[in-house]
Amino acid sequence: MNGTKPKRVYFYGTCLVDLFFPDAGMAGIQLLRRAGVEVVFPDGQTCCGQPAFNCGYFEEARDVARTQVALFPEDLPVILPSGSCAGMMKVHYPELFHGQPDEAKVRAFSARVYELTQFLVDVLDVKLKDLGEPVKVTWHSSCHAVRDLGLKGEPQALIGQLANVELAPLAREYECCGFGGTFAVRHPEISGAMVADKIADATATGASVVLSTDGGCLMNVNGALEAKRSQLKVQHIAEFLWERTRAR
Amino acid sequence: MHAENEVHFRDAAAKALLDPQLRANFRRAMDGLIAKRKAQFPDPRDLQDLRDLSTAIRSRSLLCLPELLEQLEASCAKNGIKVHWAETCEQANELILGLLEARGAKTMVKGKSMVSEEMHLNAFLEKHGIEALESDLGEYIIQQDGETPSHIIMPAIHKNKDQIARQFSQKIKDAKYTEDVDELTAMARKVLREKFLNADAGLSGVNFAVAETGTLCLVENEGNGRMSTHVPPIHIAVMGLEKVVARLEDAAPLYSILTRSATGQAVSTYFNLITGPRGEGEKDGPQEVHLVILDNGRSRIYADPQLRATLRCIRCGACMNHCPVYTRVGGHAYEAIYPGPIGKILTPQMEGVGVRHDLIHGSSLCGACGEVCPVEIPIPEILVRLRREATHEDLGSKVAGKGTGRTATEDWAWRLWAGVIKRPGLYRVATWFATRFGKALPANAPLIKNWTQSRTKPVPARRSLSERMRAEGVPHE
Amino acid sequence: MNDPRTAILGRLRASGDSGPLPDLDTAVLERRQWPAAQRPAQLRKGMEAVHTEFLEATPADWPAVIRSFCEREGLKNLLYGPTSEAGSALAAAWPAGGPALKPYDRPVETFKEELFNGVDAGFTGTVGGVAETGGLLLMPGPAEPRLMSLVPPIHIALLRASTIHDTFWSAVKALGWGRALPPNALMISGPSKTADIEQTLAYGVHGPKRLIVVLVDDQA
Ligand code: SF4
Repeated sequence: MNGTKPKRVYFYGTCLVDLFFPDAGMAGIQLLRRAGVEVVFPDGQTCCGQPAFNCGYFEEARDVARTQVALFPEDLPVILPSGSCAGMMKVHYPELFHGQPDEAKVRAFSARVYELTQFLVDVLDVKLKDLGEPVKVTWHSSCHAVRDLGLKGEPQALIGQLANVELAPLAREYECCGFGGTFAVRHPEISGAMVADKIADATATGASVVLSTDGGCLMNVNGALEAKRSQLKVQHIAEFLWERTRAR
Repeated sequence: MHAENEVHFRDAAAKALLDPQLRANFRRAMDGLIAKRKAQFPDPRDLQDLRDLSTAIRSRSLLCLPELLEQLEASCAKNGIKVHWAETCEQANELILGLLEARGAKTMVKGKSMVSEEMHLNAFLEKHGIEALESDLGEYIIQQDGETPSHIIMPAIHKNKDQIARQFSQKIKDAKYTEDVDELTAMARKVLREKFLNADAGLSGVNFAVAETGTLCLVENEGNGRMSTHVPPIHIAVMGLEKVVARLEDAAPLYSILTRSATGQAVSTYFNLITGPRGEGEKDGPQEVHLVILDNGRSRIYADPQLRATLRCIRCGACMNHCPVYTRVGGHAYEAIYPGPIGKILTPQMEGVGVRHDLIHGSSLCGACGEVCPVEIPIPEILVRLRREATHEDLGSKVAGKGTGRTATEDWAWRLWAGVIKRPGLYRVATWFATRFGKALPANAPLIKNWTQSRTKPVPARRSLSERMRAEGVPHE
Repeated sequence: MNDPRTAILGRLRASGDSGPLPDLDTAVLERRQWPAAQRPAQLRKGMEAVHTEFLEATPADWPAVIRSFCEREGLKNLLYGPTSEAGSALAAAWPAGGPALKPYDRPVETFKEELFNGVDAGFTGTVGGVAETGGLLLMPGPAEPRLMSLVPPIHIALLRASTIHDTFWSAVKALGWGRALPPNALMISGPSKTADIEQTLAYGVHGPKRLIVVLVDDQA
């Protein structure tokens, strides 16, 4: 970015946040607004197409991707509260549209895509003031946020700004939680073993909340915790940040 | 339609997951290997530069592969190494049998070679009355127990020392029971020294073959590789056709990144460069050296510009060490010569994407493999490509078994999915129903029951984000 | 049907369009440098970490250092190459009596049994060392057969400090190994080892149980 902070951005909710974590989506929008950014939420958003893409159904994924790209015509940043979907749009769309007539258009779109915390830290350089009670949390880094998108500790930096929050390191932080989209239902035994280990590691931190930036991971870890009737909760980082910093 | 004789990774994996000993053995070993590799690359810039260089070296070698192979053959011939070519494992086995029989060889000691595993060489030779004895300690342990390697670098990693102690006390003559690793190692040393001394032939793999000098590079720690290649009167090396590099200078950085990525060692005990049989005036070394170059599907992989990256692999095993699936199920569950992420892309390309459809999907695409691969093989990307090949026949590729994993149900499901998702109106209706009635979906419905095997059923929010934004009347285009 | 060679090469060639060769940026290798005076210490660090033992010596006293090592360890004999530079220098300075020098001067076929069962230690020279990771460079040959550094339970190697290179890569270039190699050349970093049993390191699995480097300080 060239130093001037954008005044307007697009927000892309993603299907999982839309349906399962709308509070996280709202919180993300509020965080952006508070930073002085006008948020445009185009109607007609569905899904980035990743499930079909990952299964090798490229035509179907492209069909879907086209309808989504068309929702964001203006040259504004596109902000997603999900590392995985942001990775899909930023990194995999150009691959998916390689050699297609609209490749240039899609590439231009992909270049505008950001994951929420990435945008808050790297572009807006937000400063947070913690208004919450002392709490201990742990961070689950989503694989796609780190490996596809190249997040370099932006979420941890935001958490670090909160005076009353202790961030307990999660053992094997970079290991996958076992979600993997269709993987979780095609290979439920392996996926189940992975998430069981993940919640054991998370529980061992002594934190009361596991934070993450990805709806898929959250749904997976939450489901496993609930099945074990654990006291440990999961929360999307946007929701956590917003709750702790908004004036009451 | 379903590929005949499809191998079901899910079943084997599920079984492996029930073995707590196995899981503990792998977890401990992999955690250790991850930490050791990390310690070898303290500077991220150095690591990235070295990966870039290694990738470029391997890519260059592949770009000139036919020329380099011819050059290798000519250089070897000049040095007195006889080169043989095999399109299939059967051909390679017959070739080796022929070489051994011509010299009346009855016993052969082997250094570690994954290609010979690929060929099932031991079983083949046994059938023809030739004893093929593995001499790498790990390989020795599993051969003694009739097992196959569970890791490409550490073949006996699935066993702990109590298991090995019990096995040795039963299978080695006059052995006493001990769990002391030094004593166990000494027992194997004693047995194998005797074998090295008397073997009629030695066999090894090849880590890098240098075209310019006609040199076979072997990386090892134990010395069994040197024993197998220098003590018996004949040395036979086998390699996949992708192993060639242009110059010895190219092998140097590959060697460095190999040992560091594999076992977290800055350097192996031995880096052995074999450029010929016993030379003029030499008092030891084999009288004959043969190099068998094996294709076995590699030239088909080579034909595809994207899949060709598979052949950059230097067999370091880092991808399996870092793989969350491999760590939990271990190597045998893959029912393949090459387990872990590299096996997940290599095996289907060799055996057919339909036969191994289940394996191709046995990945969460977390990307840990691609992240650590010293030659930057985009394993997740290739997996996605193979998923596509498995369910599409008409992509114009040469992938083995393309389209044979296709099912009408899956095709239909994705078409339906796309049909809804690309129509915001329909999607809106669908989410409206989900938010109102999602709770009512039975937890034992197909697919949902796979999810609820280890988790509660996810319940949609009462109102979706889009619905709330519409209600809020935020500006939209 | 084609012979396998023609068929394989034909298929590889038919794969066509190869595209441009990527550049090789070797800066990461060139960065690995040590002043000559520091190379011995760097080499030692790497090799000692994998259980290599060091004896310090001068250009004049190294045969005596080896001799006293053999006496101290109670070795009955030491295998050497009588026509090699290091071997003949050692023999010239070796007093009679005590540990015997045993020449490796016959083809292995008539010597195997004795080599495997009757030798306490083997002595070889080196053609250089590698500072970065620690390692000795050897070029076995007629004067110093291959198995001297492999079969005996102890390998004693003579290393002159002035011959230590920065990296294996720079050594390959300096020694001209990339152009021509003898039938066997190798790098050795320590005694033979394995971690195949539960990731536990054990030394002396198939090759030498001990590697002794006689480091000659010739850089004054
Ligand atoms: S794919 Fe990469 S990480 Fe895996 S074994 Fe091959 S070189 Fe190593």
